[in-house]
Amino acid sequence: MALKPSPVRRSAANITGLVFGLLWIFPVYWLVNNSLVTDDALQSRTPSFLPLDFTWAHYETVLHDSRFWSALRMSFGVALIVVVAALLFAFFASMALSRFRFKGRKIIIISVLVIQMIPAEAMFISQYKMIDSWHLLNSVLGLSLLYVGASVPFTIWMLKGFVDGVPVELEESAMIDGCSRMGAFFRVTFPLLGSGLVASGIFAFLAAWNEYTLALVLLSSDNSKTLPLWIQGFSGQNQATDWGGIMAGSTLMALPVIILFVIVQKKMAQGLVAGAVKG
Amino acid sequence: MTVTSTRAKPEGTLPDRTEPAAPRKRRRNPLPYILLLPAVLIVLVDMGYPLLRQITMAFQHFSLEQQFGKPAEFVGLDNFTRVLGDSAFWLTLGRSLAFCLVCAALTMAIGIGGALLLTKLSRPVSVFVQAAMLLAWAMPVLSSLQVFQWIFDSRSGVVDWTLAGLGMQGMAGYNWFSNPLTFFAVAAILVIWMSVPLVVFMVYASVTQIDESMLEASTLDGANGWKQFREITVPTIAPVLLLVTILEIIWDLRVFTQIFILQKNGGITEQTNVLGTYVYQVGLSGGDYGVASATALIMLLITLLLTWRYVTQFLKQGEV
Repeated sequence: MALKPSPVRRSAANITGLVFGLLWIFPVYWLVNNSLVTDDALQSRTPSFLPLDFTWAHYETVLHDSRFWSALRMSFGVALIVVVAALLFAFFASMALSRFRFKGRKIIIISVLVIQMIPAEAMFISQYKMIDSWHLLNSVLGLSLLYVGASVPFTIWMLKGFVDGVPVELEESAMIDGCSRMGAFFRVTFPLLGSGLVASGIFAFLAAWNEYTLALVLLSSDNSKTLPLWIQGFSGQNQATDWGGIMAGSTLMALPVIILFVIVQKKMAQGLVAGAVKG
Repeated sequence: MTVTSTRAKPEGTLPDRTEPAAPRKRRRNPLPYILLLPAVLIVLVDMGYPLLRQITMAFQHFSLEQQFGKPAEFVGLDNFTRVLGDSAFWLTLGRSLAFCLVCAALTMAIGIGGALLLTKLSRPVSVFVQAAMLLAWAMPVLSSLQVFQWIFDSRSGVVDWTLAGLGMQGMAGYNWFSNPLTFFAVAAILVIWMSVPLVVFMVYASVTQIDESMLEASTLDGANGWKQFREITVPTIAPVLLLVTILEIIWDLRVFTQIFILQKNGGITEQTNVLGTYVYQVGLSGGDYGVASATALIMLLITLLLTWRYVTQFLKQGEV
């Protein structure tokens, strides 16, 4: 920003940046590092800063655990339903909010923000009873149903910023060429939202992938646990905590998210900013 | 919104288009309502209905007996007076507010500082910092919780080992989760660590939209760094700052998972409860749903009070 920073200032900034980056990357490094060392090294009072006593054993333990695989299937199933449904609903809604001025529009926009404030812990009881009355406890569908409602508001918020960025003239000219209004939305605007859909889809995915408490309330049977429940159960089940296994499991759980984030990194922050700047 | 109209476009994928088609659709057109229907419907089912139930329960005597079918009787404001008369609630409220404000303030300060720092770094360092932010951001909360518990473990934790190595012998084998103060220190470090990347990325994305020539002109006019920051940078990124501040306050006040899981280490649940875990304890563990619902409503009210100024300001700025 400043025109030409002096070399001294620049290296001071670089050193600060380096320390900042190291501090923030350390827990991630520590997680991976400790998933790769032997139990002896983990138990030792002196932490091992490098995986010198290297072993894959913890990953083998986790990958041979059938509960891990069932949790993985469960988590992917839920996340998939949530991403598809939330994106579709949010796409329709953000078209309405971006392309039309209608009665109640402002209330909807304010609700999107206020909904974020409702303390989730208090709704668990009625949500539990509702899902129970539909016989959907311990099911992918029951959990997904609640997650979709929870992630739709935020997804609308993000997607609307991107829809605002697509010129309405494109739709209009498609309609002159004989496209219906909905046809124009789907054939013209939808493809142009590529990065917006990816960015908001990832947030929906992440919300479903990470959620712990609602899953804890709704899923009680052993073979219907999601990954967060599985990893938390892992640390409780044996007398001596298997830290190596926990670290390996946590790393595996983080892996899909990290890959997704790396792919679409730029677009996510921009999506949030677009939502903020354009209202 | 002035930001997009007076400055360079954010980036290629978002061509500038500030005004939605305003006057064209004045006639009653059912299409927007039809388009909103699925989203509104699912939110109403998932949250609207439970919220209504919760509001009703807040005015009822509702405990385990009612859970199993006994009709619930309305007790007026009984639940609210019971909550407000309970000293544990007030302690929890104070704890929650303090935790929320400390976390939100530090997150914003570090996040803004980090974003501005990013603009001053040489390329490789900047890439490294962004990669670190990205990794921290991507970490699932349960993974982060596990590694933080390990980092602060009393037996083999790296923090105790380092502090002891630095000469603080008392820290060897120290159990961070057994004392409310250090418990919340760890929780705050975790929450801040998790939240800073979002702030950095959002602020950085909007800072890079600032017009270079404006800064150059102000330098020629003799403005120094701080003045530039206050008079050019802050107004430009104000909408983003407002939004992030609102979100941080909301998120930090309703923090649940982190506290809930860290509490399993210490056995001092009562002294480390925040509003979220308090509601959970009273309602789901204690079975007193009426009181829990009343507490939750009070919690919602406090969040609205805390953020209302920002929300209205934000809505005005965005001219929605």
